[in-house]
Amino acid sequence: MIQLINTLLIGITAGSIYALMAIAIVLVWRSTRVINFAQAGMALLSTYFGYEAMVHLNSFWIALPVAMIGGAAVAAFIELVFMRFLLKRSAHGAISGVAPIIATLGLLGVIRSLTSSIWGGQDVRIVGPVSNVGYSLGANTLAFSPLKLLILVTVIVLVLLLSLLFQKSNMGLSLRASAFSPEIARLSGIRVNGVRTLGWSLAGASGAVAGMFQTVNGNGSFSPDSIEFSLLLVSGFIAAVIGGLDSLVGAVIGGLVLGLVISFVLMYINSSLFFIAPFVILLIVLFVRPQGIIGAKAARRA
Amino acid sequence: MHRFQKSNKLLLFIAFGFILFLLSNRVDELRVYQGASIAVYVIAISSIILLTGYSGQVSLGHGALLAIGAYSAAVARNEFNVPVVLCFFIAVLAAAFGGVLLGVAAARLTGPYLAGATLALAIGLPSLANQFTILGGEQGLIFDVGFPPLSLGEDFTQYKWFFWISALAALISMWLLSNVLRSRFGQNWRAGRSHEVAAQLAGINTGRSKILAFTISAGVAGLSGALLSMTIGTVSPSAFPLALSFSLLTGAVLSGVTTLSGVMIGAVTLVAIPEIADVIANRIGASERITTNLPGLIVSTLLIITVLFVPHGPVEQHRSRKAKKLLQKKN
Amino acid sequence: MSLEVSQLTVHHGAICAVNDVSFSVKKGELVAVIGSNGAGKTTLLRTLSGLNKATHGSATWNGHNLLHSKPERIVRHGVSHVSEGKAVIPELTVSENLELGAIWRKNKKESSASKAEITAIFPRLGERLKQRADTLSGGERQMLAIGRALMSKPEILLLDEPSLGLAPLVVEQIFQTIRDLATSMGLTVVLVEQNAMGALKIADNGIVLNLGKVAVTGTAQSLIADPQVRAAYLGY
Repeated sequence: MIQLINTLLIGITAGSIYALMAIAIVLVWRSTRVINFAQAGMALLSTYFGYEAMVHLNSFWIALPVAMIGGAAVAAFIELVFMRFLLKRSAHGAISGVAPIIATLGLLGVIRSLTSSIWGGQDVRIVGPVSNVGYSLGANTLAFSPLKLLILVTVIVLVLLLSLLFQKSNMGLSLRASAFSPEIARLSGIRVNGVRTLGWSLAGASGAVAGMFQTVNGNGSFSPDSIEFSLLLVSGFIAAVIGGLDSLVGAVIGGLVLGLVISFVLMYINSSLFFIAPFVILLIVLFVRPQGIIGAKAARRA
Repeated sequence: MHRFQKSNKLLLFIAFGFILFLLSNRVDELRVYQGASIAVYVIAISSIILLTGYSGQVSLGHGALLAIGAYSAAVARNEFNVPVVLCFFIAVLAAAFGGVLLGVAAARLTGPYLAGATLALAIGLPSLANQFTILGGEQGLIFDVGFPPLSLGEDFTQYKWFFWISALAALISMWLLSNVLRSRFGQNWRAGRSHEVAAQLAGINTGRSKILAFTISAGVAGLSGALLSMTIGTVSPSAFPLALSFSLLTGAVLSGVTTLSGVMIGAVTLVAIPEIADVIANRIGASERITTNLPGLIVSTLLIITVLFVPHGPVEQHRSRKAKKLLQKKN
Repeated sequence: MSLEVSQLTVHHGAICAVNDVSFSVKKGELVAVIGSNGAGKTTLLRTLSGLNKATHGSATWNGHNLLHSKPERIVRHGVSHVSEGKAVIPELTVSENLELGAIWRKNKKESSASKAEITAIFPRLGERLKQRADTLSGGERQMLAIGRALMSKPEILLLDEPSLGLAPLVVEQIFQTIRDLATSMGLTVVLVEQNAMGALKIADNGIVLNLGKVAVTGTAQSLIADPQVRAAYLGY
């Protein structure tokens, strides 16, 4: 029983982090119709920004916004100077379908080697603001700690803020209109280019939080070669696909589903299926319900 | 006429092989080893070109397919004492089988979905090797193709032997691939790439031809995986990191994914990059951190630059420029 | 206040879609642009709203150059374009689609129409404000598309085939509304239509395009009476 509860709690916490990553992927997909495989790299870089803030200011609550702002700035920069140019240049020809994919992969490689050469290959350590020792329930210790609670609450608050922004504000309406129909958005006077950059920066900030939390939720260390990073790389994409790629609600659900499944597989089947489990889930989703859990008519074949 | 061209091409390949053979006697050991690596990369890159350029699909999981080939060759050699030549065939078959499975999945997916799924595979599969004791865990397996036969002379080195095997494999597979691409299958792939619906209306089973493309590509990748582990001497999960898949993709994009003829460009570049990085690092007196990361940085930067400025590869670029000039002359 | 188009030429690759077209539209005028498929009507309209690039010529609204501007800037000069095919965003609600029309107005209260004003013109939309636009019928979507364009209180409305794919009764209703808008609100309207008869009946003036060139211009009545126009476009 206690094992089941622990598995659930671990899964939900990890899932909420994947959800943030998936949100980042969805935000970029909605604004430029590109799957940003460099998103995890951007999260990595932002986490290093957060780490620097930790080193100098010694407060997680300053480091987190620093990482977010840094992540947003990096994302905006990439969209402005790189993606715009790329999408314009690779609009035609045999490679047009795969050029953005290849380009974001190249970006991932560049960011990885850059962070690695600046901060070294070794792990950096970020300590969470509260203890990661589990609450006790009678004689048992739960796998749920104040830190995990904090992560969960923060993610919920951020997702609520984001959905409020999307549903209730003019900025959100612009973001949605530009995503669904750039032409009508432009005819309505929306500066679609600027809105795209905005979508990317929101994604960058969201990925930054995911990176920071992934670090403190693990063993507190992070590096381009760590398992935490590889997991971010695949989980965001897979969770976003499970959720249907176009929906923020779907991204959250996708993240939680992924987190729970991985947690159960690790606990009850075999811990070395860590990386192959997400792949299997992805294949199952793509075959059984290719439009994702939330996705409506939009076909996968594009 | 057609017949003549075909045998002509075969002669060309043989002549090229002979030149390589002569060259391998003239250069030092390091170059010979690099020559072997180039041959391995030629095979691996052509498998990606086959898939991306000729069938319009992008796979980031070729590292995993290389691993399948390498592991099956090593297991066949170590556990069952299979002759070396057969080991390479087994590598091809095993990876091709993996390719069928992947192809069935891929036929239903396109673009980013396929890319993401294969990315997950590339990260996931090598770690699975830790699961089975027969695969040797983190340390991996030894893959030893034996000493060169004595009949080749006493000063015939191990590296030269590697080079011979890989170069021969590369020449044979390039010749086979270029013929496949000129066949009906190759035409079907190209048709499916540019206009899937139109190709379907013309009676081409695009699903089946995608699976076929994946199968052949995977088999070729498996061969290169076995050859790669031959040159390293061992097979282990760490020999097939995500970075390998990226490098191969870079090699393919550098070569130009729409044609096989540029494949040497990518292969030579990939082999040259670590050396170039070394020279640069020494010149600027970089710290160790930067030195170790420089090759990766160069590979990724090259990938981006190529996609931005010569998206169809230097060969195609050159061709279209020539075609344009010809047109202007005619006018 | 007037729309002045002179010697306008637009290419799609090597094809000349609009060829040396000149005309002018005065304030409050309703002009119908008719012609067969591929005559360049839609291209003409898309060029005026900045979606297509012109190769040659000029086009101004109240002295504002329309040709070297982006669509999101042109709409700020009071030019609203309702593009072809029920230009609404199906994923958004009716209410959000309407809000979208006035989203660029900084001072919302004074400068833009209220949703109430729009629903007064199109009562059916008022009943469906909270529904998603993809639940609407074809006619309702067209009303919503026009309603969205009206939200920013435009001075000139560019309408591209509002009758496309609609039932005859609905077409009549939409045309009547367009006429009313021009008459009661003093709106200038350029109406591109395949349905030549319907458009000319409500229009003040008409322009007939053929293969990208202006074939005939004149008052709507004179065009209806013109035997050649009748034979080629009105079908009797």
